[in-house]
Amino acid sequence: MNNTMSRLIAARLGVMLLTLLIVSLAVFVATEMLPGDVAEIVLGQSATPEAVAGLREAMNLDRPAPVRYLLWLGGLLTGDPGVSLVNNIPVATLIGGRLGNSLLLAGVTAAFSVPIALTLGITAAMWRGRLYDRIVSFVTICVVSVPEFMVATLAVMIFAVQLRWLPALSFANDVQSLGELLRVFAMPVISLSFVISAQMIRMTRAAVIDTLQSPYVEMAVLKGAGQTRAVLAHALPNAIGPIANAVALSLSYLLGGVIIVETIFNYPGIAKLMVDGVATRDMPLIQTCAMIFCFSYLVLVTTADICAIVSNPRLRHK
Amino acid sequence: MTELVKVENLRVIARSDSGRETPIVRDISFAVPRGKVVALIGESGSGKTTIALSLMGYARSGCRIAGGSIRIGGRDILSLSASEKAKVRGRNVSYIAQSAAAAFNPAKTIMSQVIESAMIHRLTSRAEAEAKAVELFRALALPDPEGVGARYPHQVSGGQLQRLAAAMALISEPELVIFDEPTTALDVTTQIEVLRSFKSVIRDRNTTGVYVSHDLAVVAQIADHIIVLRDGAIQESAATEQILTDARNPYTRSLLAAANPTAPAQAAPLAADAGEPPLLEVEALVAGYGAAGSDGLPAVTVLNDVGFTLRPGTNLGVIGESGCGKSTLARVIAGLLPPAGGTVKFRGETLAGSAAERTKEQLRSIQIVFQMADTALNPTRPVDQILGRPLTFYHGVKGAERTRRVRRLLDLVQLPAHIADRYPGELSGGQKQRVNLARALAAEPALILCDEVTSALDTVVAAAILDLLAELRRELKLSYVFISHDLSTVRTICDDVMVLYAGRKVEAGSRAAMRSAPLHPYSDLLVSSIPELRTGWLDGLGKTGGEMGLGSAAVLARADRCPFFSRCPSRIESLCDTQMPPVRRLAKGTDILCHQSEAELIRLQADLRATAAAPLDRSLPGESRQ
Repeated sequence: MNNTMSRLIAARLGVMLLTLLIVSLAVFVATEMLPGDVAEIVLGQSATPEAVAGLREAMNLDRPAPVRYLLWLGGLLTGDPGVSLVNNIPVATLIGGRLGNSLLLAGVTAAFSVPIALTLGITAAMWRGRLYDRIVSFVTICVVSVPEFMVATLAVMIFAVQLRWLPALSFANDVQSLGELLRVFAMPVISLSFVISAQMIRMTRAAVIDTLQSPYVEMAVLKGAGQTRAVLAHALPNAIGPIANAVALSLSYLLGGVIIVETIFNYPGIAKLMVDGVATRDMPLIQTCAMIFCFSYLVLVTTADICAIVSNPRLRHK
Repeated sequence: MTELVKVENLRVIARSDSGRETPIVRDISFAVPRGKVVALIGESGSGKTTIALSLMGYARSGCRIAGGSIRIGGRDILSLSASEKAKVRGRNVSYIAQSAAAAFNPAKTIMSQVIESAMIHRLTSRAEAEAKAVELFRALALPDPEGVGARYPHQVSGGQLQRLAAAMALISEPELVIFDEPTTALDVTTQIEVLRSFKSVIRDRNTTGVYVSHDLAVVAQIADHIIVLRDGAIQESAATEQILTDARNPYTRSLLAAANPTAPAQAAPLAADAGEPPLLEVEALVAGYGAAGSDGLPAVTVLNDVGFTLRPGTNLGVIGESGCGKSTLARVIAGLLPPAGGTVKFRGETLAGSAAERTKEQLRSIQIVFQMADTALNPTRPVDQILGRPLTFYHGVKGAERTRRVRRLLDLVQLPAHIADRYPGELSGGQKQRVNLARALAAEPALILCDEVTSALDTVVAAAILDLLAELRRELKLSYVFISHDLSTVRTICDDVMVLYAGRKVEAGSRAAMRSAPLHPYSDLLVSSIPELRTGWLDGLGKTGGEMGLGSAAVLARADRCPFFSRCPSRIESLCDTQMPPVRRLAKGTDILCHQSEAELIRLQADLRATAAAPLDRSLPGESRQ
């Protein structure tokens, strides 16, 4: 680790924090602009103006927006994202269990799909133009074109309704053993893997093919290196940057974009919580969920960038 | 005489994206005797690299070997299976690529790549292979032979990488080594060092080689036999001496003529009125890249205290090796890079640093032509739009008048009118460079900055472009600032010559003065490094300054020493490395940046010549044979 690299990585982390701050402002402004008054919604149509005003004061809704923003931001930083406007439970409690569920689903999906996708992408690049490559490319195109609700619904119909192999609903809470975990997660994980693997396979294949065409790989072949050596020892180390980016972008989908899969399998994850929050205008909940999605997205993308910086020999060995 | 390589009726076919097949190597037959070096000479597209690669049973993607036979040491290469071919590659036949910088994997250490073929073919243990590699590094005269292997490719210079590529090829003691333009990408002063080390290794190890090149003068130093190729067919095949002195084939003769440029009928510089202001005055220019520091200098200073005056109707040649700042100079004059200090005056008016702040008239008067016509021309626009756009922009010309002027511009650069409908991708390299030039002419400038305009072209095409430049200058009363790394090119078309080294002007003077001794030690090195079209030139050459050692780049920026100190054969210890040399006016009329006195320089350079046992007027390649 030398100076240039530490500086670049520090700069990336700085940009990440700055982005997060800008995003928090955008999230706050966007939720401000949602129509309707929470106090009125909570109290219902028959509420007296005095009751509404009292509630507004209690909720800090009568203070100017910049003050509320700073209050909210301070709360976020100290781990207190506020209290749900709808049912008076702290947002942290509401999110706590759900976030764990979402992370578990995302983790299992990533652990399952990333190795498979990278293997398929790299092998497709190795045998480019052959039958194997064409089959992989064709199947990924098909998979990426089929919407996930269709994959998920078909999976439920076949495996849960017809064959009765797997449970149709996934409650992560009652998992006792590894076998049960596999049974519970099988369908959501497969549905999600279908969605995110296609992009990883295609990007990995493109990145490896790109480096396979470079003169140093040709040189390795002319030194007598076989296909495996040319790809694994020469092409792959130079393709880490773009591959890490493809993986990060695909995985970022796993937190925010899984609402359909969560709904179909009735999985108690955070995406579903946020949609419920929008329906009830529960601002602190929406804001916190949005911040969690943005944060995880930034963590993934920044990790990919740092991978690219660290894997660049020109920066590593100054 | 035993033949190691025997090629018979080799045919290679290229397949375009549309599926059309074109033969690119047609019925080639030749043999390489053991211990000899055969050169394949030709311009781009002659099939020379394709033939060389097919000796390893390899064809680049889109090409296939369609017929013929290749026998190497009794093995029929083309009938081997893929895994058998892999056993021959790197073991029996090895390859040195044109650009070593690209042929080394940036992610792996040099040592691991140099010994890789020995490891793949399980020739020795890793420790033995590494010991052998160090021995080869030493034989190839690489600095720091023990330490260089642990470095990464981007940490060593281009000339060193090229020698490391040779070590990579020789580590397995192959029967045949293929050299594919191994010195083309190098500066002349570096090329000479690399050629020298290749030659001694070839001689010591009795290597059999196939040497691919477009440069007859380089090949004359190394090859025993030359095969001249054109469009994938053999034009002439004979011993080196015979090709050089008694070429039979007209194409070979045209190559020889192009490799040996004679000054085109050179109008004396158009007589300038004494009262007329200079066209371009550059004073004390400082420029570089990166944010300015507290001292006002940019993070990387590329040009330092450079100045010159260009009279109307004259040409200035700017020469120096890659990284000396010559392209940066053109960018500053054109307003693409605002200088950090100094002034650029055009016809007596000081120009703003950035093009955005210059008047349209100033922009019109100074045009720049870039080296790579491929990237300078928009591939999605046809030629008439490329040329029509500046006509409309500068002269407000539209409609039929614009079409007429486009045709006139094409006529000026000697292209047929129907080219106007073509796209750059459909043109040859020479045609593209002519369009590139016509685009600059459309503005009707007084000054054209030519940045290495012939460097990417084949010699015959480049010679035609130089003729065109000379003709345009006569017809249109143009001035050029002609930037090149090639001294012989500059001397054919320029009235004045300025030599840059590490961002400083080390010598400037008239073309005639640049031909007589003494020269600045760096100019002298440049002159003596240009390969000559005769065998034995390299062997007869004395010691030269050589290429920069490891880590010397940091030394360049220091203001307290001569920039050329570390390579200078005439340096004075504890003077040249402690003080920036003064500008000294020589009796022949040039200014040089040097501590040595004129008399001393004459003596030292005569000594260098004497040890070289070469004729004293060797500083005039070209002229001396006219």
